Amino acid sequence: MSLSIEQLAADVRADREVHSARKRPFMRWEWLLLLVVLATFGLNSWASPYFLDPYTLSDLTYNFTEKAIVALPMALLIIAREIDISVAGIMALASVAMGMTAAAGYGLPAIVAMGVLAGLLCGALNGALVTLFKVPAIVATIGTMSLYRGIAYAVLGDKVLKAYPPDFAYFGQGYAFSLVSFELVLFLALALVSGIVLHFTVVGRRIVAIGSNPTAALFSGIRVERYRFWLFTLTGGAAGLASVLLTSRLGSTRPSIAVGWELDIITITILGGVSILGGKGSIVGVVLAALLMGLVTFGLGLLNVPGIVMSIVVGGLLIGVIALPILFRQMRAARRGT
Amino acid sequence: MRLHKIDRDVGLFVITLLLLGGVALKFPDFITPRSLADLLDDTAILVLLALGQMLVLLTRAVDLSVAANLALTGMLVALLNQAHPGWGVLPVVILSPLIGALLGAFNGVLVWKLKIPSIVVTLGTLSVYRGAVYVASGGAWVNSNQMSESFLGFIRTQMLGLTVLSWLAVVGVILFALALRLSVTGRNFYAAGGNPGAATYAGIDVGWMQFLAFTASGAIAGLAGYLWVSRFAVAYTDVAQGFELQVIAACVIGGVSISGGVGTVAGVVLGALFLGIIKNALPLVGVSPFWQMAISGLVITIAVILNARGDHSSPRRILEEARP
Repeated sequence: MSLSIEQLAADVRADREVHSARKRPFMRWEWLLLLVVLATFGLNSWASPYFLDPYTLSDLTYNFTEKAIVALPMALLIIAREIDISVAGIMALASVAMGMTAAAGYGLPAIVAMGVLAGLLCGALNGALVTLFKVPAIVATIGTMSLYRGIAYAVLGDKVLKAYPPDFAYFGQGYAFSLVSFELVLFLALALVSGIVLHFTVVGRRIVAIGSNPTAALFSGIRVERYRFWLFTLTGGAAGLASVLLTSRLGSTRPSIAVGWELDIITITILGGVSILGGKGSIVGVVLAALLMGLVTFGLGLLNVPGIVMSIVVGGLLIGVIALPILFRQMRAARRGT
Repeated sequence: MRLHKIDRDVGLFVITLLLLGGVALKFPDFITPRSLADLLDDTAILVLLALGQMLVLLTRAVDLSVAANLALTGMLVALLNQAHPGWGVLPVVILSPLIGALLGAFNGVLVWKLKIPSIVVTLGTLSVYRGAVYVASGGAWVNSNQMSESFLGFIRTQMLGLTVLSWLAVVGVILFALALRLSVTGRNFYAAGGNPGAATYAGIDVGWMQFLAFTASGAIAGLAGYLWVSRFAVAYTDVAQGFELQVIAACVIGGVSISGGVGTVAGVVLGALFLGIIKNALPLVGVSPFWQMAISGLVITIAVILNARGDHSSPRRILEEARP
């Protein structure tokens, strides 16, 4: 590996940025998100009389759980300075794999295993492209995104797979207890595990180290490429799992399943405070951002706003929530300067 | 280094010719002048958009909002034409790049002044612009019978054997090739992305170059909006959905580096033509349209693997940050 003075200087600067970020009030971004979540919750209950109802609130969680389950490993991946744009494509391919397994007459465990396994394999291919062939992640996964969904289209064409056994419906439609869905419990459990891994284990600290300075991480003995590979594989596996949930909820597989979800998933991650430059981010932020996305889209849905108009709000939210604090800081700095 | 880049373009050129030859071996009609002109007409919009995207990639940024910009501008000029069919095509041709440039400049300002990473900015505006198409049209379609004759006819006018649409792409390619090679601003795009620190010391405002790149990419996307709507004779919310990835793919196949500062106009044109040939040849060879996406995905993946060899900048970011 070649090291230039310039690269070193840039790395030192990046480290300084990370440290100065640490000095800011504890979890400032997360508090801001929490405020926005509460405000949106309040706004929803004020705008629609149907909102504050146990059944409505239970339904609401379906709006974000599947996407949020992929956003968790996506956060780890982006913290490690990588990204996966192919997650929605993986979901389509995993769904097709499950549909074919079901059509071949296999039982429930085989169907679910196939979905997750397909996801893991797709993720491993992404990881191999990035680590073995040294393709930048964004480019590699733009390619595999077309590849995975393309295979789904090639296999299915305009057909639909829906030979799923009745038990399969539990994953996407079942309730763990009373009104708490299986999806929500699964998401919360995975969020807890991701949070512990990222914030309290050596593995998590190493992921942050790789993201803040890969060169330094490598020189301190972290197997950087191995971490990258497994993070991609993990993200693929999570996409496979999300595909199990979504396919179960819809009860059928079409090649266009989850189209465009990669943007929603990445939006949740960025909105959650994960820095696209790597080395920074928290799972609490991602969970709050997922909740916020769910609240906003569900609230607008209650107000009969069409989905495509919601995308204006979601896109505006992404830019606004990131731009406003920067704008305020610049204005304050400018006032201090004059 | 320079020689290496030229070798690369020549290699891609040979591969493209082989592809063309392979198809022609089985289907001689594929390389008649008429059919090649059709191919160019079919790929012209991709070529133009890829040129704009190349500028943005050169400065270490990426513009994911081009297809949404295209859809929004296309819808706005289609609505304008529907409301005032008597105005002819001139206002549309003038307005569409202006509207597009405005949408692009918005991306540019956020990247330049607020220093928000371009992926985040354009991921956001992609959603906003796409939603705005629905708001502008109320979800309705503008169909060919609601478009004036000149609106539809302009890009189909034949000049010296090619359509106006094809000529626009040819002129765009020549302009880009000259400007990027001969003008100071053109060289500054390479400098800003190749080594932002050195560029700043040389007096180049890296953020300003990014702003220019986004504005140019937006202007092209806006013009492409009119071209697209006119060519397919319909405007609706989902026009060109996901096309931004094809545009980036054309650049990447053409050898434009995602980490900035590297790329040639010839490479980008070949990358776009390569994708265009595949798209046009597959139905001819009798491959089901459902296989198209998988095959272009495979081609893109192989192309990026071949491109990445020797390009080992290990401590990279998702996108290199162009900050001195």
